[in-house]
Order: sequence, then structure tokens, then C-alpha cells
Amino acid sequence: MANPLLRYAGRHRRETGMLGLLFILVVITSLGTIEEGIDGLFGSKFLTPDNLKNVARTIGIYGIFSIGVGIVIITAGIDLSVGSLMALLGVFFLFLVTPPGMRPDSAIARGIPEVSWPMAVLWVLLLGTLLGLLHGILVGKLKLQPFVVTLCGLLSYRGLARFYANDTTVNVGDASQDLSFARKLGDGTLGDVLISDGQKGILHSIPMTFVYLIIFAVITTIILHRSVLGRYIFAAGRNELATKYSGINTGLVIAIAYLIAGFCTAFSAIPFCIYTGSVQPTSHGAFFELYAIAAAVLGGCSLRGGEGSIPGILIGTAILIVLRNMVNLLGYPTPLSDAITGGVIFVGVIIDQHGATGLKKLFKRKVKAG
Amino acid sequence: MQDPAKRVKVLQMENITKRFPGVTALDQVNFDIMEGEVVALIGENGAGKSTLMKVLGGVHQPDEGTITASGSPAVIRSVADADSLGVGFVHQELNVLDNLDVGANVFLGREPHHLGLINRRKIKADTQPYLDTLGLDASPDTPLSKLSIGQQQMVEIAKALSKEAKIIIMDEPTSSLTLSETERLLKVIGDLSEQGIAVIYISHRLGEVTQCAHRVVALRDGKNAGELQRGEINHDAMVSLMVGRDLKRTPLTTSDHETVPRRLVVSNLRTALYPECSSSFEISGGEILGMAGLVGAGRSELAQATFGVDPALGGSVSVDGTTIKRGAARQSIKAGIYLAPEDRKLTGLVLEFDITQNISLADLWNHSSGIGLIDRNAERTVAERQIERLKIKTPSASTAAITLSGGNQQKVVLGKWLSMKPKVIIFDEPTRGIDVGAKAEIYKLMRELARNGVAIWMISSDMEEVLGISDRIVVMHEGRITGELERDEFGEEAIMHLAVGHSKTEAN
Repeated sequence: MANPLLRYAGRHRRETGMLGLLFILVVITSLGTIEEGIDGLFGSKFLTPDNLKNVARTIGIYGIFSIGVGIVIITAGIDLSVGSLMALLGVFFLFLVTPPGMRPDSAIARGIPEVSWPMAVLWVLLLGTLLGLLHGILVGKLKLQPFVVTLCGLLSYRGLARFYANDTTVNVGDASQDLSFARKLGDGTLGDVLISDGQKGILHSIPMTFVYLIIFAVITTIILHRSVLGRYIFAAGRNELATKYSGINTGLVIAIAYLIAGFCTAFSAIPFCIYTGSVQPTSHGAFFELYAIAAAVLGGCSLRGGEGSIPGILIGTAILIVLRNMVNLLGYPTPLSDAITGGVIFVGVIIDQHGATGLKKLFKRKVKAG
Repeated sequence: MQDPAKRVKVLQMENITKRFPGVTALDQVNFDIMEGEVVALIGENGAGKSTLMKVLGGVHQPDEGTITASGSPAVIRSVADADSLGVGFVHQELNVLDNLDVGANVFLGREPHHLGLINRRKIKADTQPYLDTLGLDASPDTPLSKLSIGQQQMVEIAKALSKEAKIIIMDEPTSSLTLSETERLLKVIGDLSEQGIAVIYISHRLGEVTQCAHRVVALRDGKNAGELQRGEINHDAMVSLMVGRDLKRTPLTTSDHETVPRRLVVSNLRTALYPECSSSFEISGGEILGMAGLVGAGRSELAQATFGVDPALGGSVSVDGTTIKRGAARQSIKAGIYLAPEDRKLTGLVLEFDITQNISLADLWNHSSGIGLIDRNAERTVAERQIERLKIKTPSASTAAITLSGGNQQKVVLGKWLSMKPKVIIFDEPTRGIDVGAKAEIYKLMRELARNGVAIWMISSDMEEVLGISDRIVVMHEGRITGELERDEFGEEAIMHLAVGHSKTEAN
């Protein structure tokens, strides 16, 4: 086959299949949400500029932390702490940018000094990366089970966020410093940042989070699929022993993967908390770790490790977000979106493992059993 | 023991043949055992002892031959069949669950129950008599994890007895027992024999065999090699039965080329498996040192500690006079010591990676730019050179290692190290599971490497290989180096003597 696109598709069956699924989803959503009385696709609620912008923004935020979790999954690990870490980092970020007097009534909240928002961003990135490194050392060096380590993170970070915030909501609006540029960077579009606010045009329909995601995707694709570190990550995830026998410090490789995941989570935590405008520590980022795992698995990462790709993770994220958007637009109750997401992942995984016949077998067995 | 004349033949295996792809593991083997008899089954590694017992245990089906149990023909298709014929197995590795108590282990899978609830009282009552018989000083509700290995083995025997076993097979039962536990086991074997239970005793430890066996059956290369009756059982007789033939061998070459003295020096190295033993030896560049010994002698562990993937408890390793920092394979690799491990699939290769990725794995930084991006062309060129040099049969360099044959997989492992600058290569069982053609190529390669000044350390359980390839042989037994043989002293008997724990002077 001379066509490089076809060759790529042949080598990456999983990604190609999921891309097809995404395309079908988009078509169904577009057709299904066509407003009555208006003809043509552009009457679709899904394809309105505002909706697409919204979808792209959400994909941006979810995509970044899903990449981090995906890399951890490729090392045959797991990261359950993402959602709680987002809450803790969100609370921390808002503490840093608001005057102490406006913060919830807890010793730690009052004790943290107020800093300019760029400093706050750096602190959040540092804290997230360090916590990621901590997970990495516990898993890679001390050989603790990743599930347990990050489960402890899931419980502790959420608990700490709630404790420090005194279980009350922390608002971006409480800041006394000028956050308008931070808002543009977090919640605005490429046009808002480069040109000016509130205009129309191509640049004004690209959310900044989507831009960040592209940058993250390019960098992590190079790291994972082109660099020595990336090769080590795949090797350690596939067969840690053989990798060790080739003289590679697998503990260090695994630790770096968790560090990258911590950085990704921290990076996406900032635009997410600017987007939500406030952090309610009990629910902020809840279940995000599971969405990330779902995106990675949909995108071809195996929980056994050593398998997966950045394009796959991106496609997986897009499928999840489009699905949820579809459920909303079609007017079904929002809670149903998780149920549908679960069903789609389930079907996807069966088809991936056993081909389309897998589904048939499943049903046949059911009939027999009945 | 009862009057021999009145005893019944509990098992007769006749003309058992078992073929595996490419190898005849058992060739017309005959074996029988009487009620209350203790028969020791001896032979070198790979002589067919385990295969024969697996046929009896229902794990393998024989291709030819008949089995008669207590006078009537028997077909053993499964482990359950073996169970119902009264064949009990006490394995080399214990098959007990240490999260359960003694009684639960004895009755595992056959728990007396009522309405789906286990009748613990009955288990306890039914277990106790077996423990009494075996003299095991533990109650049925003692957690198994509280027992020593020897006691756990008694629980396995109790389990076999509770199934009313008529024949108990013990495969290397003393390999992890202390001296007093071994004594205890030998006494139990005597007691079992008194009760009319037949015991098949497989062991490399000829001293124990002399102590407990009524008869010795030797296998060699999958065939019967002869029997010894009670009065004839002694160490020398057993060794010559196991070794038997006079092998006519043509040494591949002799080391007529220049050597680099003391290329690898291992001094007082201690491994976690045998912490009380330390090993010292050296290999010159250009020399092939064969390391012989029985399975479990600690050879692989010594190699792994030398290479640095297992921590050494003490001692040092040096290459060309430079001592290597302990504790990481990276240091050894930097110094030019490479290991082609025993288990290719687990430790030698990342099976799902392609040939190129496997070959470059240990040397990636040399195939990449300064900032760590892999130069895929350079990587591929190196891999293709190795494919050509080693004649690896593969459609391309991007074929996954998992699809290759054993011999070609081994060549990929070697390609990984040959693409770097080897000073010492450790070959651990280099030709296990490899066909004859690839074997010859690997031997030739080892010779060629030696000629270029590489020190070769070859661990092998294959006698012919050790005798045919080595310039010098050291033999290990239970963590110790028991002796060293120069070319003019080579011989299977000499190796066997050392491998079962005798010193060189005793052998002469």
C-alpha cells in the first residue's frame, strides 16, 4: 500500500477503529440534534460554534490529565489520585491568589501568603509534580502497589482539600488582584489572548485549553514514541524484569512516569478551576481519575502495561466528551451520560479483545444459559 | 516389611514411550514397584525421571506402553485418575496453601460439609490420625505458615495418605530440608514402607538413596539404564549407571590462541540462596569456562549476582583488574559483562518488542541524539547487522520477538550483547530448548568470541555441552564450588562426583 495514511491505519488498528467510532458518534450527534424546521447540518445543536468551543475546551482539560494517566498505565501502573489532586491543587491555587482575609477559616488557609497569579501557577505546578514524584518513588523504588498508593492519594488529597477549605467553596471572584489575563489564558480562546476579547473569527473559536492540549500532545508524543525514556517506559511496562536485565533502572523510569502524570494533572487543574470559577472541595474533579482511565483504555492502553499511544488517548478523551455532550444535547438527564459511557467502553473493549464476534458470543452464551 | 514373596506388585509400567516435538523423552521405559517397596529413581537432569512420573500422575499421556495397577490395566488420563488409583505426589516445590491451616490443606477440595458449610470438627478429627502416624507435632488447626518447610512437607504426605494413596512419589523431597528434617523424612519413608505403601523416591542425593532405597532404577537419555538391588546400592555403582556410556567426542577446538589472563575475577561472592557459601573463580579472556552442577546448585544465582541483577551479599567482581560497583546491572554492562539469561522469555527479551527494539534496548543512548531522541535508522542498521551476522531467520528487523523460534530468540538475546563491546559473556543454559542446528551455531559463536579475547562463562546442565565446549570446568554443589577440572581430567563421572557433593580427592 503506497498510501501512507492507509499504512498508518494498518499499523494502528486500535486507534483507527476508535477514530471511526468517534466519527460515527459525531455524525449521530450532529444528525440527532438537528433543530426541527431548520434544514441542513448547520442547524444541528452539536455543530453550533458555541457548543463546539465548549466541547473543545473540555477535551483540552480532560485530555491533558488523561495523557498523564495514560503514560502511567503504559508502565503497568494506575493513577487514582487525579480528581482529588485537582481539588487540592485548585484550593491551593485559589488560596495563593486571594488575600488571606477572604479565605475560609482554617489555620493553613490563613497562613499561606498571597502571591501574584504567575507565581501561584508555578507553585501549583511544583506541588503537583512533587506529589507525582512521591507516587513514583513509592511505586518505582519501594515497589508498593500503584493501586494502593494512588488510592491513598485519592482519599488524602480530597480530605486535605476539604479540611483546608473548611468544607466551604473557594471563589476565584474573591481575588483582589487583576486576574483578567489569567482568565484569558485559562478560560479564553487563542483569539482572546493574541488579539482582543469578545471578537468573532477562527482564532476566537479555539479555546486555550485545546491549544495547551496540542502542545502537551506533541511533546508527550515525542517523549513516548521517539525518545529513549519513552522506549524504556514501554519496555518496563511490558516486561520489567527483562528491562532490568538490560541494565535499565526501571524504578527510575516508573518514577518519572508518575512525575509526568503529576505535572499533567497540575497543569490542567489551573484552567479547570478558572473555568469553574470556584472550587467546591467535596465535588471538584470528582471521578476525573476514572474518566482518565476510561479515555486511556478506550484509546488502546492496556492495563497490563506496555501498550498505548498518545493519539489513542486523545481519541479516547474526545469520544468520552462527545458522548457526554450528546447525552446533554439530546435532552437525556445528565446522570445517564456516565451509564452510557460505561456501556460504550464495555462494548469497545469486547470488540477490541475478541473482534465483532466477541459480542455475538457474549449474547449466545446468555441465550444458552437462559 | 512383609515377606517379599507375599507382596503384591502395585504398579507396573511397560514399554512407556513419550515423544515431545523434536525429542523422545521416554523410550520403551519399564518400571515397577511392589507394595511397601522404596524404589529410588535416579538419572541426570533431563534423563526422563520427571516425565515418567508425570505419566504416572496423569499429567502426560504416554504415546505407547501399558500401565498396570494392582494387577489390572489402568489408563491415567488426568490427575483425578491418578488420585483414584492411589498415586500421591509430594512435589519438589510444595503444593500447600500457607494461608490455610493444616486440616484445611489435608482435605483441600474434599472438605466434609453439611448444607454447604464446612464441617471443621470432622476435618480436625480426621486429620489428627495422619499427623500422629507421621509424628508431626502440630494440631490440625495450626496455620500452615507457622510450620517449617519440613513440617509442611509432612502435611503434603498426610494429604496423600488421607486419599488412601498406595504409591507416594517424592520428587527431590529433601532439596530444601535441613539435615534433621531429612533424617525425619527418611524415617517416615521407612514407616510408610512398613505399612505397605510404595514410595518412589527421586533424588540427586545419592547418600539418602543409599540409606532408604530397597532398589534403584536408573534412567539415561529417556531409557532404562539398569537397576541395583539392595545389596548392590552404593555411590559408585549409581554414578556409573547414570553416566554409563563412553562418549566419543571431538573437542571443537583447543585454546591455542592468546589469552588475556584474569579477565573476569569473582572473589568470595555470596548469593541470597546460599548465604553461607562464598564462591571465587576467574576466567581468562579467550577461555570458555563451563560450570556444571545439578539443578538448584546455585549456578544461575551466582551469575545473576555477578551481573548485578540480584544483590550479592558480599564479595567482589572485577573485569581487567577494575572492580565493579555492586548492585546494578548497569555497572556490569558498562564494564563489559553481559548475561544471556536462562529464561529467555522472562528475562532475556521483551517478547512483544520487535527484533530491533530488543537488540538496541541495552545500548539505546548510543543510538540516539544528545537529548535522548532515538535515531531509528542507526538502531535498525545495528539490528540488521546482527541479524546477518547471527543468521537470525526472520522476515525483517521489525518482526516481534514472540513470533521467532527458540533458537532465533536466543540469537536476538546474543545480538543485543554482541552489538556492544563484550569482555565477558555469561551464557546461562545457552541451548535449552533449542534445535540441533542452532545449537551448533551458538557453539561456533562462543568459540569465535573466545578467539577474540572474550571470557566466556557457560552454565549448563547438559553434560555433552559442558564436556564438548569448555576449556575448563568448575562444578557446583549446593552453593559451593566443589572442584575444578582441567581438560585432561574431563569426564562425566568426574563431574558427577563433584556435582553430588564429593570433593575431587574423594573422586580419585
